[in-house]
This record gives sequence, C-alpha cells and structure tokens, in this order.
Amino acid sequence: MVENRRYRNILAYLVLAVGVVIVAFPVYLAILASTFDAATIINGNMPLVPGDQAAINYSRTLFVGASRTSREPVGLMMMNSFIMAMGIAVGKIFISVLSAYAVVYFRFPFRKTAFWVIFITLMLPVEVRIYPTYKIVADLGLLDTYTGLILPLIASATGTLLFRQFFMTIPDELLEASKIDGAGPFRFFKDTLIPLSITTIAALFVIQFIYGWNQYLWPLLITTKSSMQTIVIGIKKMITTQDALTEWQIAMTTAVLAMLPPVLVVVFMQRLFVKGLVETEK
Amino acid sequence: MEKRAFFSNKILPYALLLPQLAITVIFFYLPASQAVWQSFLLEDAFGLSSEFVGFENYRHLFAQPEYYRAMMTTVIFSSSVAILSLACSLLLATQADKQLRGGEGLKTLLIWPYAVAPVIAGVLWIFMFHPTLGTLSHPIKALGIDWNPMLNATHAMILLVLSATWKQISYNFLFFLAGLQAIPKSVIEAAAIDGSGPLRRFWTIIFPLLSPTTFFLIVVNIVYVFFDTFGIIDAVTGGGPAGRTTTLVYKVYADGRLGGDLGGSAAQSVILMIIVIALTAIQFRYVERRVQY
Amino acid sequence: MAGVTLDTVKKVYAGNVEAVKGVSLGIDDGSFCVLVGPSGCGKSTLLRMIAGLETISGGAVKIGNRVVNEVEPSDRDIAMVFQNYALYPHMSVYDNMAYGLKNRGTPKPEIEKRVKEAARILAIEPFLDRKPRQLSGGQRQRVAMGRAIVRKPQVFLFDEPLSNLDAKLRVQMRVEIKRLQRALGVTSIYVTHDQVEAMTLSDKLVVMSGGQIEQVGTPAEVYRRPETRFVATFIGSPPMNILPGKVEGPGRVSIGDQMITVTDMKDGLTPGSAIEVGLRPEDVQAGTAGASTLTMDVDFVEELGATQLFHGKVAGAAFVVQASTGQIPADASHLALSIDPANVHLFDPQTTKRLGRI
Repeated sequence: MVENRRYRNILAYLVLAVGVVIVAFPVYLAILASTFDAATIINGNMPLVPGDQAAINYSRTLFVGASRTSREPVGLMMMNSFIMAMGIAVGKIFISVLSAYAVVYFRFPFRKTAFWVIFITLMLPVEVRIYPTYKIVADLGLLDTYTGLILPLIASATGTLLFRQFFMTIPDELLEASKIDGAGPFRFFKDTLIPLSITTIAALFVIQFIYGWNQYLWPLLITTKSSMQTIVIGIKKMITTQDALTEWQIAMTTAVLAMLPPVLVVVFMQRLFVKGLVETEK
Repeated sequence: MEKRAFFSNKILPYALLLPQLAITVIFFYLPASQAVWQSFLLEDAFGLSSEFVGFENYRHLFAQPEYYRAMMTTVIFSSSVAILSLACSLLLATQADKQLRGGEGLKTLLIWPYAVAPVIAGVLWIFMFHPTLGTLSHPIKALGIDWNPMLNATHAMILLVLSATWKQISYNFLFFLAGLQAIPKSVIEAAAIDGSGPLRRFWTIIFPLLSPTTFFLIVVNIVYVFFDTFGIIDAVTGGGPAGRTTTLVYKVYADGRLGGDLGGSAAQSVILMIIVIALTAIQFRYVERRVQY
Repeated sequence: MAGVTLDTVKKVYAGNVEAVKGVSLGIDDGSFCVLVGPSGCGKSTLLRMIAGLETISGGAVKIGNRVVNEVEPSDRDIAMVFQNYALYPHMSVYDNMAYGLKNRGTPKPEIEKRVKEAARILAIEPFLDRKPRQLSGGQRQRVAMGRAIVRKPQVFLFDEPLSNLDAKLRVQMRVEIKRLQRALGVTSIYVTHDQVEAMTLSDKLVVMSGGQIEQVGTPAEVYRRPETRFVATFIGSPPMNILPGKVEGPGRVSIGDQMITVTDMKDGLTPGSAIEVGLRPEDVQAGTAGASTLTMDVDFVEELGATQLFHGKVAGAAFVVQASTGQIPADASHLALSIDPANVHLFDPQTTKRLGRI
C-alpha cells in the first residue's frame, strides 16, 4: 500500500534492528569473553571490543578443558554431543519413516491401535517420566552408554506424524503406477517413497539434530563418567556457585563452541529448518 | 483421511512398526505406568520394601507449602514468558512482514537463538547479569538498585523470565510470520480501500485472522516454559535462592535426586502428566477448529 | 494381443454401496472401447478393476482367455495412463519409461531400444534426460503414454487422460491417441466424461450411469438411436430437447395443442397416455415444410459463429434450436419449426426407455 511507505519502512527497520541487537547481544558478550583472560573478566569491566586471548582460550578449551571443575577437554564433549545428536536424529528418522510407511500404506488388523499407541507419546516429554525411565535404562545396564543416551529420546511421535502427513500428500496414482510397473512394497519404498521424502527427511534431521545436541536433563541423569559428558552438561559444571572456581573465559569459550554447530545448521539450512519446525507442529 | 491404494501384506507392516513400538513401549509406556504405580506406593528409607498407600503420596504432596509455592512460581514464570515473548515476537513479525529489502537476512538474524540450548541461554544471561562481573549489572547498580539474582528471589525470577523469553522469541517469531504471510493480501487491500488506517487494520483485520496462531503459540509456550526451561533454571538459579524459583518440573528433579522420595516424586510426575495431557487436549480442540476455519 | 471380457462384474464398497452393479461387456481384440458417463457412474471403478487396482466383488474379468480376478496388476499385461499422469517426479523421463521394464528384469539394451522407439513415436526424444516438472502438460501426457507403450501390453487403459490439458491441446492429443492406437493395434479401454472424446475415439461406445450400462454401440448408433432418455440427453451437444407429450394414435403424438408424426414409434401405445418427445436441436428445421410443425417463442439467441442457438419455449417447455448462421433472422420472436418424423425420439416417462419399434 502506498501510504507513508518510506516512513513506515524506516520504523520497521528500526524495530527489527533493536530486535536483532537484543537477540545478538548476549552472544556477543560470550564471544567477547572468549577473547580475554580470566583476570579481565573477573574484575567486572570487560571491554566491549575483543581482546587477544582467543587462540589460547580456544585451544585450551578444546584440548584441555576447565582445569578446576569439569576436567575434560571440550573437544571430547563435543564429540559426545555430536554422537548423541546424530544418533537421535538418524534413529528417529529411521524408526518413524518405517512406522509411517506401515500406517499409511498397509491395511492390517490393529493399524489404528498402533497409530494411537505411537500418537499418545506426543503428549509426554521425557521430563515428566524422568526417574522411571532412568530406572529402566539402569536396569538394562545402559548408564554411561551412547545407547542409553539416545534410545529413550527417540521414543516420540513427531517423526511418525510428519512422515504420515507427507505421505498423505503423495497421489495414490503413484503407488498404482508403481504396482502396474511391477514394484512391490520394498521397491516402492526404495525407488519412490524415499527419494520423494528427501526434503522431509532433511527437515526432520535438522530439527532433531538441534534437539539432540541441546538435550540437558537426560544426559545429566544418566552420565556419571566425565568422559561421557556432553558439552551442554560440561558447561553447566564449569559454572559453579563458588565464583572463585569458575573459569569464565573457558566457560564462555565453551558456550560459543556449544552454540556453533546448531546455529550453523539453522543459518545454513534455514529453509529446511523452518519447514521442519513449522511442519512438526501441525 | 485414508489412502485408496495400499499394500495388503500380512506380516511386513508389523515388522515395519516393530522398532518404533518396541522403543515406545520400553522407554515410554513402561516408565509412565511405573510412575503411576509408584505414586501409590510408599517405600521405606532403604528402598527394601514398599506398601500400597493409595492417595497418601498425593495427600502428602498437597500438604506441603513448597508444592503450592512451586505451582505459583510455575504460573508466574510461564505467564510472564508467554506474554512477553508473544508480544515481542508479534511486533517483530509484523515489521518483518513488510517485504523490506534484506528481509531474509534480518529473518535469519532473528531466528537463530532457537538453536541455542536452554542451559547455554541461561549461562549467557547469568554472565551478562552476574552481580559482580556482569556487563549489564553495572548500569543497573548505577541506578541505585542492589542487583543480585543470586540472593534476591525477584531478581532471580526476572533474570529467568528474560533468558527464557530471549530463547523463545525466535520460535514465536517464525510462527507469527508464517501466520501473517498466510493472510491473503486481498483482504488487507480490501480493508485499506474500506478506509481503515494501518493500526486499525491491524487490530480489526490482521489480529483476529492471526488468532489461531496466537492460541496455538500460547499453548506451546506454556508447555515450553513447563519443560524446556529446566536447563535455564538449573544454570541461572538452581531453583534458588531458597527454592523460590523452583518450578514443578524442577521440583520433580530436585526431590527425586536429593530426597529419594520415589513415591512423592512419582506423584508429582503423574500430576505433570495430567497437566500436559490437558494442555495437549486443548491444543487438539484448537487444531480441529483450525480445520473448519 | 487380447480382447477383454467382463461377466456381471460388481463392485460393492464397505457399507453396501454398489458402485458397479453387474456389468457384462465384450471388447474385441484391437478395438477402441470408450466408457463414458457422468462422474460417479462407476466407469473409473470398472477400469480400475480391469487394471487390478480395485478388488472385484463379484463376476469375472477376462483378459484374453485368462480370468484375472486374483492376478496382480503387474502380471495382467496391461498398461495404464492416469488422469494426473502419475509420473515419478524424481525420475528422468527415460527412467519413468524404463522403470516397469527394469522391474521385470528386461535386459538393458532391450530397455534402451524400446524407450528410444517409444520416444521417437511420441516425439519426446529431446526430453529424455529431463524431470517431469520441467515438461509442459502435453509433454507429460506423452511421457505417460510412452510409459504405457514401452511395455507392449495386451491392453491399454486410459483414465481420463486428457482432462488436465487445455482445450486446444486436448483436441490435438485426442487425434494422436487415436492414430497411435490404430498404428499399434492394441486393445484400448478409455474412460472419459467428455462426450466429444467418447464419440471421436471409440469403435465401441459404452454409456454408463448409476453403476450400470445404459447402452453399448458404435458412436453413430448411440447418437442416432439412444436407448434411454439418459443416453439421449447425455450424448449430443447442445443436449436433446425433451418435451412432454401425449400419445394420439399410431405414429402420432401431440405436444400441447400441436400435433406431430413419428416414424419410430412402438405399436399399441394407449392413446391419451403421457410420453416424452425428444428432438435434437440440430435436427429441427425452421420453416413450415413437411407435415409436422411446432411453433416456438424465442427468448434469446446465442452466437457460435458458424451456427446460432435459439433459446425459447415450445408448449411452455424449454427448447433449443441450432441453425446455420443467417438461416433464421436473429431478431425473430416466433419460429415455425418443421419436424422430420424420422428424427423424433420417444421415451417412456416412467422407465425412461425408448418407445421405438423392435
């Protein structure tokens, strides 16, 4: 519309700029802190332009870690986080694409029941059933294992629902044409369904990778060995209530490193990310 | 909605469902039902024996003033975060909807906090508002306020609300923007021709058309504050000072870890489950409405 | 090659909905059979049962001499062209056509030979490496045809294959399908709701309504001698006029207070009983020549270029006359119409069946 377009656009830019600054400022501070030594931060007057300690901080964080608290190199923690995030993302995609295929493309007794059994899990996040789940994982001897970290977190309906929703948009004629072309369930899945689902798979992967990377409560409970710590757990351990023990420059360097992978995923796969986010909520 | 074309194999579909069903049963139904069962049991101090006590654990729970305090804390926390983050993101989304030059880039700059783990968000904010070394604590103290979120419960809550809001804005922003972009331009143009100004147009046309999104986001935000903020609380306040920022979920964790009161913790879990189921049910009624809409 | 035989074929859906109510039909080897009817008449269901995409609730479907009721679609030796083409969006044109052959284990050189051959016939050779979304509607249509051709099946099945094309392309593709079918000589069954497609393509025309066959015949037979009022009004454009009339005697009926004579009229109808009189808009002449005439009040005229449609009323019922442009003055408010007794169709108002000789 024509009315006062210029004036209104300037206002819009202004509002958005303030938003961007507010959103970015805490992270900017963390990046700043990762370029100073401990003393500069502790005295409470950290400059607002970067210092010169970045190389030292990052190499020490990655390969040594915080010497007084968590005591593991953050590189190792990132590896643990990566394995967990990948495990959750890949595992969830695997089980949910199969179950969605069964529910959408087959007719069998108890089909509706199976769907509801899966569907109800949508309602309860792991946080509310945390101790009983812990007990089961402990009974299975899965404490301090990647399997124990990953499996309980892939028990959810979001993936199944997302794939089901996508499969429903695939025209029936495609399956009919495949049948006439002599493709059975396996061939149809491999030759047609999976190639068509690539974007959906990628979108779900992005969302689940972020979800997995950022998991906190569950790994906090089931990892006791420090060698199994994820980076998100590690950083919490670095910040203690006793200020004297907190190596802030290491903690903030770790924070930057912890944010990096998921933020990069969001920035570079924005389209997939938005698709995944909006569609898993439908 | 059902497919017209399908396969009719007898065994294959069960094999396809097996991985998901097995994981769901072992890690979802089993623990959930154990929580329910345990909430009716009382274990002795060593966990050697337990007896069925009916609703005793619940009665005990509702006799604790701390439980009511955790409820209040949860209500205050979730409503503040929901209102604040929805308002901010609606403002940002309406501005970003104006097809500005460079709009996509601005959008990217606003959505990435979604990728930041709650506990990291907490760490960032406590660093920024740390009583002694926080960059933003000095200006606050210069105003004559004795800022200390470690000791002052109100300050602690403010800090929690700010960090949780910061993290949630990107999510709400995306959904509001999607909602705004789904409104047909012709409707807005018709309103402009009918002579309503931009602000009036927003409140009489756009906001009502956006209400399904708003409602959906309110529910999602409440669920978010209930569960996903665990990491923020653990990083920023650890539930303190003196348990004044302990929410219902944090209390389940804290009681279970410290006290070993399994029955009581289970009872709390069950109450949480009921709350989530109620919220989800509300959300589904909304989804149904949206279908008709 | 093989013909197709349907023997009291039925389709009953859950909840006892009968979509196809016992259809029997023989389709000769190499002929082009069109199933036409309004939507929901069961024509597509019937086709899909022949393809094996719907189970058959009763009766038998034979391709050649083989009953195929329990045979998988891929083993029936048929190929199908779908309304939305159902091309695999992620495969190239070449792979779309080759997929069925690959699945059957056809050797690679043979696949290539057949795909190239089909592409040549359909003039889609330049597009073999493209994806379906990079093609126009007409090109996709050709690829869908190509996918059917490469298989060298015994029967082609077409499910409204032209309805997603614009009008001009539809005419062009219609001609090509006819030419192709003639050239290949493969038995074809074609479903459409478009009577022009039905008339132009078919050797054998099957008009369906309500899950049953209304009439089977050559296009000319169905047009000249519709067996039911439904067929009479469904085939022909603009549709046949139906006027309420009364039996006056052998070969004579009245419409209002006007009398006409009829050649094809059943013997022994009770004088005074009600009857429906069908007259095609193009069969009616302006003027008073001949024995039977009707008068018409004209409401308005539609110009179609070569012809004009006069809309009005005869004896109070809506009536349309089609005449070559200039034959009738466009400002005429009353018309005298001369009726050829051979072009009058009579129907029973109750059963809607034709009341002709034989």
